[in-house]
Amino acid sequence: MTATLPETRNAEAAAAVEELSSYKWGFATEIEQDFAPKGLSEDTVRFISAKKGEPEWMLEWRLKAYRLWLKMDAPDWAKLKIPPIDYQDAYYYAAPKAKPTLASLDELDPEIRRTYEKLGIPIEEQKVLAGVEGARKVAVDAVFDSVSVATTFREELKRAGVIFLSISEAIREYPDLVRRHLGSVVPVRDNYFACLNAAVFSDGTFVLVPKGVRCPMELSTYFRINAENTGQFERTLIVAEEGAYVSYLEGCTAPQRDENQLHAAVVELVAEADAEIKYSTVQNWYPGDKDGKGGIYNFVTKRALCRGARSKVSWTQVETGSAITWKYPSCVLMGEDSVGEFYSVAVTNNHQQADTGTKMIHMGKGSRSTIVAKGISAGRSDSTYRGLVRVGPSAEGARNFTQCDSLLIGDRCGAHTIPYIEVKNPSAQIEHEATTSKISEDQKFYAMSRGLSGEEAVALIVNGFCREVLQQLPMEFAVEAQKLLGISLEGSVG
Amino acid sequence: MLEITNLHATVGEREILKGLTLSVKAGEVHAIMGPNGAGKSTLAHVLAGREGYEVTKGSAHFEGRDLLDMEPHERAAAGLFLGFQYPVEIPGVSNLLFLRTAMNAQRKLRGEAEISGAEFMKKVKAESATLGLDMDMLKRGVNVGFSGGEKKRNEAFQLGMLEPKFALLDETDSGLDIDALRIVSEGINRFRSAERAVLLITHYQRLLDHVRPDVVHVLAKGRIVESGGPELALRLEAQGYEGLAA
Repeated sequence: MTATLPETRNAEAAAAVEELSSYKWGFATEIEQDFAPKGLSEDTVRFISAKKGEPEWMLEWRLKAYRLWLKMDAPDWAKLKIPPIDYQDAYYYAAPKAKPTLASLDELDPEIRRTYEKLGIPIEEQKVLAGVEGARKVAVDAVFDSVSVATTFREELKRAGVIFLSISEAIREYPDLVRRHLGSVVPVRDNYFACLNAAVFSDGTFVLVPKGVRCPMELSTYFRINAENTGQFERTLIVAEEGAYVSYLEGCTAPQRDENQLHAAVVELVAEADAEIKYSTVQNWYPGDKDGKGGIYNFVTKRALCRGARSKVSWTQVETGSAITWKYPSCVLMGEDSVGEFYSVAVTNNHQQADTGTKMIHMGKGSRSTIVAKGISAGRSDSTYRGLVRVGPSAEGARNFTQCDSLLIGDRCGAHTIPYIEVKNPSAQIEHEATTSKISEDQKFYAMSRGLSGEEAVALIVNGFCREVLQQLPMEFAVEAQKLLGISLEGSVG
Repeated sequence: MLEITNLHATVGEREILKGLTLSVKAGEVHAIMGPNGAGKSTLAHVLAGREGYEVTKGSAHFEGRDLLDMEPHERAAAGLFLGFQYPVEIPGVSNLLFLRTAMNAQRKLRGEAEISGAEFMKKVKAESATLGLDMDMLKRGVNVGFSGGEKKRNEAFQLGMLEPKFALLDETDSGLDIDALRIVSEGINRFRSAERAVLLITHYQRLLDHVRPDVVHVLAKGRIVESGGPELALRLEAQGYEGLAA
């Protein structure tokens, strides 16, 4: 087959394409060029696959996804205003190294610097986040760009039999395991963004906790987007075998960026009988400035398959960042008496938009699910909770409890709750509770009269509102999340 | 300690305080009595710095500092405490967390070190026991599910914990049964000292049976129209507010 070269927009990219055509399908182990040409084509897909030294089946899988994606349309049902995305105007595998724009941290916008300091980010990490010259040499236990995975504690995990690798390594070292599970929860054709991810995912994480093993530590990976114009397509696959337990933390803070950045991750979780997976996220990607300029587009597909009896998956998320969030961590409750949980705090401020929620698909007898969603809107932002509870004909005695609370700050923001409930088994019990409230002047003044500043008062009230969700997070994460909530809402109360 | 001179204040378009003058020295307990709509609660809110209350004329100083130039939390850190007529509920924030956050916020503003966990809990145990508040209640959300009396006892508890210099108590006696009135009054009496002052705002004389004031003022139509000793409160109780000099 002859490759059709994509239309390129700069000399660097043209050179890369040239180089690509010289080794194509050769699975060369060393490729000089460490970025794919700008734009998306079959060549891009082949480049990524070759760069990672992937087996043929993986390339085929990606190509199939790419061809499907070409025929699909972006979803338009969410209550979001998404500017048109030019998929040809982005890099899909790293990017030419952006020149540092700052000579030192002193040149950084003081407001951003203050945010870093409030979050307690060490100076060296601040430099990396801010793109200060020379900062890239600093070794930080974090994932930058698309090349990944914290290797800390790998030995201890190995002793326990836990596999914790970057997905690229896992594809090479455990091809059969990956092949068995990849796409088993989120099929390639699931949706537009998941399909795109399947074609071009750059890296991500693979976890397998074997039968009967309780993972000896919380697994955490920091994802940070740090290269201008790099679409991030992370792929995470976590498998908990029979009776296994794992808690996985995903935390993100973002550097200030001017360009819109697309992030379309896919996370798949598989829980076998009596297994439990706890997946916690604190997401703080750059939301754009006060006028809504810039910011990350976070279009993520997260889904868990509770395959075995009594399996349990718990999603906890604190979403404070991104310009646009489109995200519905879901559970397919296939196993008898399986349990799905979703605890969510979504904060939107200024011009942020979030359409987020969950899907609980009950198929197993006696399966149970709990949804606690807290939405906080401030500024001119818009926040929507969208949730589906579906009880299939086989899910005898299924139960769901849903609670959706919205808190409004100011009078120019919006909060919407859109629950879908489909019940095909008459023995199911579904409960739905929803409230909408505002932070009252009385509450704020009461707290201030006891010594809290206006912002401290609002942060305290908001943390109280989110308490049920925050207490699901591991301790150190909860502390970070509380700080984040305060910072995200700064300046939102008069 | 507190010097208010010719204070005028409006809420929206309406002028509520019309030239109020009042001086409270350390060690004193003053009571302000008056009919509904006289401006009692407005005075409390103006002194505590609530938004929406605009001072159009006059001044208020606390230990020589211009009170009107300070934010509500700065007034709190300076040592001013407002006991609310209607204490507010804050769901999800336990009373203990609320108090500790407030204490440390005040300490930070004053440049003092934070209170240690042990020291805080020791103080909590001592103060709560005398007010009949049990630990389960203190672990609940701020005032959430509290009866009217419990809310007022919680205000007295906060007063004891925060140890301000000046307690401004707005209708602390309203909604209290006899027993709760006694408990809250004892809390106020424990607070009294030569270095501190109290301003009781009340509609009824009965609180003054338990907390004996040094000075009683009558507030009517936005100004102090009469001042005297405790006997003034008894006279008002007998004669009512009608017939006061306007």
